Amino acid sequence: MKTLAAAIAWVVLSLVVLEARADNALDARLKTLENELRCLVCQNQTLAESNAPLAEDLRKEVRSLAVAGKSDDDIRAYLVARYGDFVLYNPPVKPTTYALWLGPFLLLAGGVVIWLRILRRRAALPADIDAAAAPTPATTRARALLDGTSGSATVSRVKSKD
Amino acid sequence: MTEPRRSAPMRTLRWSLPLGIFVVLLGFLFVGLFRDPREVPSPLIGKPAPQFSLAQLHQPERTLTTADMRGQVWLLNVWASWCVSCRVEHPLLVDLSKANIVPVIGLAYKDKPADGLAWLKANGDPYRLSIVDFDGRVGIDFGVYGVPETFVIDKAGVIRYKQIGPLTADALKQTILPLVRELQQS
Repeated sequence: MKTLAAAIAWVVLSLVVLEARADNALDARLKTLENELRCLVCQNQTLAESNAPLAEDLRKEVRSLAVAGKSDDDIRAYLVARYGDFVLYNPPVKPTTYALWLGPFLLLAGGVVIWLRILRRRAALPADIDAAAAPTPATTRARALLDGTSGSATVSRVKSKD
Repeated sequence: MTEPRRSAPMRTLRWSLPLGIFVVLLGFLFVGLFRDPREVPSPLIGKPAPQFSLAQLHQPERTLTTADMRGQVWLLNVWASWCVSCRVEHPLLVDLSKANIVPVIGLAYKDKPADGLAWLKANGDPYRLSIVDFDGRVGIDFGVYGVPETFVIDKAGVIRYKQIGPLTADALKQTILPLVRELQQS
């Protein structure tokens, strides 16, 4: 009799534990799912965060779908069919969202191209531009002015005016 | 001076490209100023109205189903006695019901029947009949996320239009009624 009671107690207890464990797993799964679904009433909150009555209803709905054995994708599809892609914080890749998904990468690629071109142009420049440049009449004059032989520079300026 | 002069098209591109990008961005932002982020386009437009079977507000023992409305163009107006902006659109609905152009079915969304009945008594009842969606399940099927909302449903039971938020005289005159007439003739 005692063993029977113990056996029953053990079975009941393990069922309770299993149930609780399954509940925890479900809670965790729903938490993740609800965090990537948008509440349509307060649009910048997730279904998990929002206290709007509709969010409450939708959480209930999501839970009952999950309990009924629907997969996360099924649940997402259920909500998208009613509220559109807007409910997904993680939007699907399709022609209307190409710009959204690819835009940042295009911008990055464009930035890299511009950056590389600037680098290449810089590399093509001689290390010391002043030394490398061939003397022109203007630089010769400037050099002469800087060296203090301004007299000849003035003359040459007057001359060049003719 | 050691650098080769850029070609003319390159030089034009140098200022026109950033300017072009700026203008496009400006265009997007400008259009965005006049769009209401609360108006989320419904994926249900062009799709058959969800099936429902709900108790009527005035005669709870009788139900109304989607199939009952087959063969006629009708409006489904989602309202609630607790909804403030429903009071704004209500006079328009009362006028519309007097004009007798199109039957309007009222869906009392998450409302207690007694509250809904009292509200209709106080504000006038424009509905061919009202149904009660007490737990909001049918509302979810219709993608309702704010009351009031109004759906235009055609003879085949397909949703053709959804007005999000209160009806306005303009929306009725310029969009909904012309659509209703067009659908009635088809």
